[in-house]
Amino acid sequence: MKALVAVKRVIDYNVKIRVKADNSGVETANVKFSANPFDEIAVEEAVRLKESGSVSEIIVVTIGPAAAQDVLRSALAIGADRAILIETGEEIQPLAVAKILKALCEREAPQIAILGKQAIDDDSNQTGQALAALLGWPQGTFASKLVIANGRAEVTREIDGGLETLSLTLPAVVTTDLRLNEPRYASLPNIMKAKKKPLDIIPAATLGLDLAPRLATLRVEAPPKRSAGIRVKTVAELVDKLKTEAKVI
Amino acid sequence: MAALVLAEHDGRHLKAATRSAVAAALRLGGEAHLLVAGQDVRGVAEDAAAVAGVTKVLLADDPLYAHPLAETLAPLVIGLSADYAAIVAAATTFGKNVLPRVAAKCDVQQISEIVAVVSPDTFVRPIYAGNALATVQSKDALKVITVRATAFEPAASAGGAAPIVTTPAMPAAADASFLRDELTKSERPELTSARVVISGGRGMQNGDNFKLIEPIAQSLGAAIGASRAAVDAGFVSNDLQVGQTGKIVAPDLYIAVGISGAIQHLAGMGESKVIVAINKDESAPIFDVADYGLVADLFQALPELAAALKSG
Ligand SMILES: Cc1cc2nc3c(=O)[nH]c(=O)nc-3n(C[C@H](O)[C@H](O)[C@H](O)COP(=O)(O)OP(=O)(O)OC[C@H]3O[C@@H](n4cnc5c(N)ncnc54)[C@H](O)[C@@H]3O)c2cc1C
Ligand SMILES: Nc1ncnc2c1ncn2[C@@H]1O[C@H](COP(=O)(O)O)[C@@H](O)[C@H]1O
Repeated sequence: MKALVAVKRVIDYNVKIRVKADNSGVETANVKFSANPFDEIAVEEAVRLKESGSVSEIIVVTIGPAAAQDVLRSALAIGADRAILIETGEEIQPLAVAKILKALCEREAPQIAILGKQAIDDDSNQTGQALAALLGWPQGTFASKLVIANGRAEVTREIDGGLETLSLTLPAVVTTDLRLNEPRYASLPNIMKAKKKPLDIIPAATLGLDLAPRLATLRVEAPPKRSAGIRVKTVAELVDKLKTEAKVI
Repeated sequence: MAALVLAEHDGRHLKAATRSAVAAALRLGGEAHLLVAGQDVRGVAEDAAAVAGVTKVLLADDPLYAHPLAETLAPLVIGLSADYAAIVAAATTFGKNVLPRVAAKCDVQQISEIVAVVSPDTFVRPIYAGNALATVQSKDALKVITVRATAFEPAASAGGAAPIVTTPAMPAAADASFLRDELTKSERPELTSARVVISGGRGMQNGDNFKLIEPIAQSLGAAIGASRAAVDAGFVSNDLQVGQTGKIVAPDLYIAVGISGAIQHLAGMGESKVIVAINKDESAPIFDVADYGLVADLFQALPELAAALKSG
């Protein structure tokens, strides 16, 4: 069976982001971008499914500018077989991403679509669920364990109260949580090999989908900054301050 | 038109986060109705009917809803959506799982995890782990919204007297079935609603050492939390993770022990009223946000703190 994996190119999680002076967004010039960490976990999981024989082909997809090819090449270097860039310079919001991924799922007919649970830039946590809804597939969100057997996916999910395990018929959508796996690093020979793997570029506008943003961003601001308080020297002083000054205990 | 709030419960009681979602829904300017779906959940519906400001409770009591699956709940909500201006739920793992499925089917772009209602179509939501706040205006006729519970004072659990009307179950959208769960049992208060939280990080070294935190939590009536590093290393269970991709907490007092203060962690506790940091590295970034910083070895400081709190 085929697996389709979605990878978003985002500002690297180590970058301390800055809000633009005109409050129109965050500064993206001269900052490091990389694959959304949850999506690296998604790629790794697909590669493990291929290694264990459950998956025969891995297709990675990204939606974004031409520069987003770099996250596809990284995924190919880790073990994906081919890549698709849906190219656009426009802002594509999660609902529209889900519509594009639905179109690709209909074209490629994967038995499993693996996404990150959350993109660390927009923090929306909704694209995988939206994709499952549009396809009429079951969903296993926030997965910390995935087992494919007998035409079904058994997904253990990280929920607020602990863990929950569901059985889903295939095809299904799975979104990754941090504990699903630890992504490997690509080896140099595999990075070289990845350069020769197929990477299709499809302009988003040719898909004939309604991709217009539904949310207008009116303003982006930096949150109120918290400042450092005082240093206490001893536990006794700490307890005293909490009682008499902060009055929280 | 009214807002429909999807209630979260454990089969017996309404979750506090749902009352925060009700508070947010009431800011949209119309009535707030609560939808309770479950099996044998009349008691939850009665809880819901008592929530201040709620004017109607819809009860879908059916074995189909014995477990809160997105595949069964989304069609139920979608079936009711035509009567509403907004569909709202708390941004818990429950709300995050179900609501995007509703939104997409209604061809609506969900507004995730709002922290303020500016007007019925304009909201503030954190992005980039809370390092920026975006004000967004929705162009969709129906609004589908998840709510950061810590940003809205929960509606009172008593005072309302809403009528309870039953609503029929709807066919599931896809084949998903519940196999089992492993819920963490703890005598401690719930992390997201506790007045005091004490969290341990990688500095705790192992799960056993979290025992040093327990007597302090006991004395303070605190919930115990953790950093991602502590969870990944297996010191404590995943449901204790505080941060951008874990739980968001905003207690009166947050004590971070052996936690460096990465932005992803700060995203989950930065709104706490008073922050205490205990760390042996005086340049740890957690001290930049701490009201009270103690540079110390936690293995010495924690027993001292436990003793000090016990004696007085
Ligand atoms: C996509 C993504 C999502 C993430 N989401 C989250 C999230 O939701 N929540 C989260 O917490 N992190 C998250 N992280 C991880 C985050 O970046 C940090 O790696 C993590 O918070 C570090 O945990 P820590 O502070 O416990 O460990 P460390 O950074 O290793 O810090 C340990 C601290 O303990 C101190 N220490 C050690 N020994 C002692 C001692 N004996 N006494 C006193 N102090 C001591 C050290 O000085 C150090 O400051 C995420 C990362 C990514 C990439
Ligand atoms: N532009 C994009 N290109 C590829 N995948 C995406 C894109 N946006 C979102 N995704 C996928 O959807 C997941 C959740 O994103 P979000 O719902 O925006 O938090 C991500 O982890 C990706 O797997």
